[in-house]
This record gives sequence, structure tokens and C-alpha cells, in this order.
Amino acid sequence: MTSLLTFPKGGVHPPESKAQTSQLSIESMPVPDELELILGQHIGAPCTPTVAKRGEVNEGDIIGEVSKGLGVPLHSPVAGKVKDLGSSAHPMRVSSPSITIAVNHEAEPRRYQERDWHSYEPKELLGMVKDAGIIGIGGAGFPTHVKLSPPPDNPIDTLLLNGAECEPYITSDHRQMLEYAADIVEGAKIILKILGIKQCAIGIESNKPDAILAMTEAARAGSTADFSLSVKALTVKYPQGSEKQLIQAITGRKVPAMALPSAVGVVVHNVSTARAIRDAVVLGKPLCDKVVTIAGKGIARPANLLVKVGTKISDIVNYLGGLKPDLAKIVMGGPMMGFAVSNLEIPVTKTTSAILFLAADEIDTAPHSQCIRCGWCLDACPMGLEPKEIAIYVEAGRPQDTAQFGVFECFECGSCAYVCPAKRPIVQFVRLAKMKAKR
Amino acid sequence: MDPALIKIAIGGVVLLGCIGLFFGIGLAIAAHKFAVETNPLIEEVLESLPLAQCGGCGYPGCEGYAIAVVTDPDVPPNLCFPGKERVAAVVAELTGKKLTAVEDQIAVVRCSREEGRVSHKHEYIGFASCTAANLGFGGPSSCQYACIGLGECAEVCPFDAITMVENFPVVNPDKCVSCGACVRTCPKKIIEIQTLKARVYVPCSTMDMGNKVKAVCQVGCIACKLCVKACPAGAVAYENNRIKIDHKACIAYGPSCNEACVAKCPRDIFRTYQGREVIARKPELGLKMAG
Repeated sequence: MTSLLTFPKGGVHPPESKAQTSQLSIESMPVPDELELILGQHIGAPCTPTVAKRGEVNEGDIIGEVSKGLGVPLHSPVAGKVKDLGSSAHPMRVSSPSITIAVNHEAEPRRYQERDWHSYEPKELLGMVKDAGIIGIGGAGFPTHVKLSPPPDNPIDTLLLNGAECEPYITSDHRQMLEYAADIVEGAKIILKILGIKQCAIGIESNKPDAILAMTEAARAGSTADFSLSVKALTVKYPQGSEKQLIQAITGRKVPAMALPSAVGVVVHNVSTARAIRDAVVLGKPLCDKVVTIAGKGIARPANLLVKVGTKISDIVNYLGGLKPDLAKIVMGGPMMGFAVSNLEIPVTKTTSAILFLAADEIDTAPHSQCIRCGWCLDACPMGLEPKEIAIYVEAGRPQDTAQFGVFECFECGSCAYVCPAKRPIVQFVRLAKMKAKR
Repeated sequence: MDPALIKIAIGGVVLLGCIGLFFGIGLAIAAHKFAVETNPLIEEVLESLPLAQCGGCGYPGCEGYAIAVVTDPDVPPNLCFPGKERVAAVVAELTGKKLTAVEDQIAVVRCSREEGRVSHKHEYIGFASCTAANLGFGGPSSCQYACIGLGECAEVCPFDAITMVENFPVVNPDKCVSCGACVRTCPKKIIEIQTLKARVYVPCSTMDMGNKVKAVCQVGCIACKLCVKACPAGAVAYENNRIKIDHKACIAYGPSCNEACVAKCPRDIFRTYQGREVIARKPELGLKMAG
């Protein structure tokens, strides 16, 4: 037995709170009457709609295209009628342009034929990934085909699949690794073929022993002379699933400041992205559904739900039996990096991995006070930054001078704010600093 | 006293004196040789400015404007808002430029959050700054164009002209010099610089359509455009989903229209604007507004 791998500096140990949903199988939610698809699902410019109001769409039809720059097309998850081209509430932006589709429940669900992908060239496979609208569904939303075409001057030798799932509460990747282990491994092999490399390591935190077992078996069964896959068990420590931390934990390579993982010859993808790539290539199925963990003490029935992209939170709440009276805060994403939302009409996007309905005893609303310079945030920061300095500068009205503290290196994991005894909203200070600081 | 000690003391004084003399001469030569050429006119203009460093002229500080107005013939002498006519006259005289009138302007908050009873859609916990609150869901107000009310404008105002009353900025017309510091900092972009001679104004910045506005605000502009049709001078336009008033055309047309736009407005958001006294919302009176 080898020892568990981890990143060397910082990190925190928040309560895992995964027991609520980790034993619940993925459950397919019936399609609601209406879906609202946000046009800007990924990083970069939003799609422009290619359908007109009151037009008919079939399941899997392209309804939005990106004309220039970074991006992937958007597909209709269902057959139906375009009800409106308007704007919808958005968890981070105030509102975002969107397409509303009235679902036709009579339509036959589309059937997908399995095909053998081994005969395709890497270029063709890459095209399939792009056409299926696949983005990094672990959270960042970076178009996957861009990550799969690294710059030629950085030779890639290793693919890492991220199954760490270090955020508390979330179990959607965990369940997918248990239930679709073979699909994930096949997706990994497709990525290996596109990149033209052999080696793949799958990193999983050791609090998911069943997933480690399932993935190890699938990896052994999937390994051939051309592809060698292995599973690496990781220490339970937040943010183990962050890209740079995962690379350092598994390969020991340190990604330089302001550089991409390709600089050290590594490409990282989430396990659920690998599964989406497999579905896109083997079945020809575009990315239009998502496994979302619904948890917290404020929802009547927690679940791991397979929902269509565009399903509104209100439909999910109705399906799961409503809210409980002690609900205090709704968070889209995990409790460490997610966004609190104030509106149940927000739709699920391709990057939503959890919706948490937190009760008053699960959150902390104590007001923040002055920094006492205890230095806990310095110990917690996995990037080795000085979060307190950034916060103090922003508070003093000098956010433009924070680049000297490496504010652009911060990936907003929230470890500093989690340990802060003065309850300071340090991540918020950092976001403000990033807005105003000069690169 | 011991003569030896006196000798040491004199020696010390002489030595230090020599060192001082040497460096003094050195510095004098250096000052002469490396002297920075300055335009004495720039110094004079700079001295005539109020030195508030508000940036309202669009140049980096008062010195930036002094250099620009002296060296660039296209820069007019009337850009110093806090200085008004008095400073403009002095700058025009010093630079030999033609003095044009200084327009009396004031910052106007184009929002009626309090009158419209705009509710909060969520409770904001965090750093008390409008920009920070705006990052999460566009601020706590249910109208996404509404004033957030955490007072960033009042904080940046170099003239202390903005007071926060019930979390809403109230501009003191006696202190506001229309430098625009608040306009630049407001994350919602709802503060505008407007001439004090204006006859009408619309204190609402929404870009939404009717039913969305009605759902969140009791007075907000519903984009019915009746005012656009009513104006005989063609001074009211609906541009970029907002009402825009061409104050020059409005003032030029004169009072013969009897403020047709205000009479036509079904939402009571098109209001008459009668100069300093009436628009001044006095902090002690709360948010009761004229018109």
C-alpha cells in the first residue's frame, strides 16, 4: 500500500458533510414543462441564438453558436418550441441572455447509436468534442477542445482525471465514478488518443474508497498496450481538486506562476467531463444533462439528480418535495466556492455540480471585524499568498496596488476565509482586488 | 579649560565647516547644471487652481490640467469645475485663451429606489462597498438598476457633497462642483452630471421593459415613450433602453410647452427640475422629493 498523495502547502479540513447523498444512486428527474438555457454557459463570449421565437426544435439540435473566439455550441436538451429569447437570472452576473423552450412531452426521446471510436483520427475526435458543446463541467467552464489542443511547444505526457471532489456536500462525481466507471475510463482513453499520449492517472480523495475500488477495476480492465491508466488515492484535504494542487500531488511537478498546466506537460480534466466526452464520441450525444447533488438540511429530500441543462431550481425543489422552513441560504456549487442565490428561477447550467439548501445551523452569518494579523490565512493558502494583505489593502481603498501580493494567482478556493477567526470575507476582497488591480 | 580640548573643538568645527563648504559648492554646481526647465506659466496657472485634485477636468490632478492648458492650445480654460467662473477667468487671462462660459452643473442620482419602494431580494452580508455588493447577483435591490446604497459615491466625493440618508445618496448642491468622481465610481452607473438650468429630469435608470419594472418599483420608467411623443421640441429620446433628455434643445424651446412630458408621464417619474432650491433634498427632511 502506497501512502496517500497530497499537495505540500496550505489547505483546510472543512466538515465533509457528504453522508447525506453519497449512498444515493443517480436519479433521473422528469423533464419539467419549461427549460431556460443561458447562452453564456462557458468562459468567453456567449453564444448567439440560431433559432427564432416560436420555432420548433428537436432534441440535440444546435440552438446557439459562437461566431468568433473561444466557445462551443449550445444544444437543445429536449424537443419543443422556442417560447422566448429573453434574459434569465444568473448566479454571478445580474442577468444573462437566454433561450426558453416549452417542452413537448409527447416527442419520442432521441435514440443514440453506439459506434466504434477507435477508427477515428484524433482530429475528428476533437471535432466531435467541440460539436457536442463540451466544456469543463467540473466548474470552470473552459471549452474542452481548447484544453485538448495544447500549444505545440509544450509536449504533454500525462493526463490527469480529477475525481478528488474536495468540496463538502458534493457527491455527483463520486456517484458517477461508482455508476459509470467504465464510461469514464473510455472517455479517458479517447482523450489520450486525441492528445497522442499513453499515460493517465485518476486522482480520488481517500474518503471515497468505493469509488477508488470501482475506478481501479475499470482502469485495470481498460488498460491496454497503448493506454496505461492508474488510480491515485489522495489525502482528504481541501482544495485537493484544484488543478495546480492536483498536479503537484500526483506528479510532483509545480506549475509556474501565471502558467497553464501544459507548461509542465499535464492536462487535467474532471471525471464527469471524461464521461461527457465518451457520450459525445461513442453515442454522438451532445452535452445537455448534468448530475447535480441536491443536499443540505433545508430541502425535503436530498438527492443526486440527473437533470437537463436549463432546469430551474424551482422545478427541482418541487420535484424533491419542497423546502423546509429552517432554510437559510441557497448556494449554487459547493459551500467553499459556490455562489449564494436569491432567486429560485435560476436555471442549471453545464457547470452546476450542486445546489445546496443550507439551514441556519449550517452557515455562519456572524459580522466580520478587523484583521488581527494572526496569520492563519497564510498557513491555509495553498498558493502561498498573503490573503490578509490583499484584504487590508482593499479595505483601505487601495485595491489597485494588490498585484504585488499575487492576487492574480489566487483561484478563490476560500481556505483563507474559512479559517479566518475574524470572519473576514477575504474571497470577496480578492474578487474586488482582481477587478481593480493592474496585471 | 584644558587648551588641548579647545584645540580638538576648533579642529572639529573647522573640519565640519570644510566638509559643509565642499558639499555646498558641489550641490550648487549640480543644481545649476542639472536644473529642470520649468515653464513659469504652468506654476502660475497651478497656483490659481483650487488644488482639490478631484480629476473632474479629465486630467490626472491639478498639475496635469495646468500643464495641458498651458501647452495644448485646444484645451479650454474653463474645465476646472470647483473653480467655476473665477478660476476660469484667471486661467484664461494667464494663458491668453478666450473665456467661454462655465456651465453650472450638478450630480444627479438617477434612481427613485425609496419612492418606488424597491424591496430587497436578498440580505447582503460582507464588505460594505457598492462594487463588492454588485459582484454578487447585482446587489441586494430587486431592481438591478437601483442604487445599492452602501455609499461608495459619498466616500469618494472630494468635496463631501454627498450624504447618505436612509442608504440613499443626497447631493448637496452648495458643495457639489460636478467633478464626476461619483459618476466614475458608481458600479451601477446611475449618477449623471446635469446642467442646473435643466427644466425636467428622469430619476430612473432602468433598462428593463414595463412589466419587469412594475414588478419591482412603484414609480420606475416603464418605457411607454409617451414623453418622447409629447415633447414638441423633440428633446426627449429613448436611447439604449433609457430616457435621454437633450437639455439644450429643451431649454431653447422654452416654457411654452408647459412641461408636456411631465404631464403625460403615467408613472410620475418624469419630474420638473427647478434649480438648486427645489431639487435639494435636505438630509433632515428625509427623502421627500419635489415634483
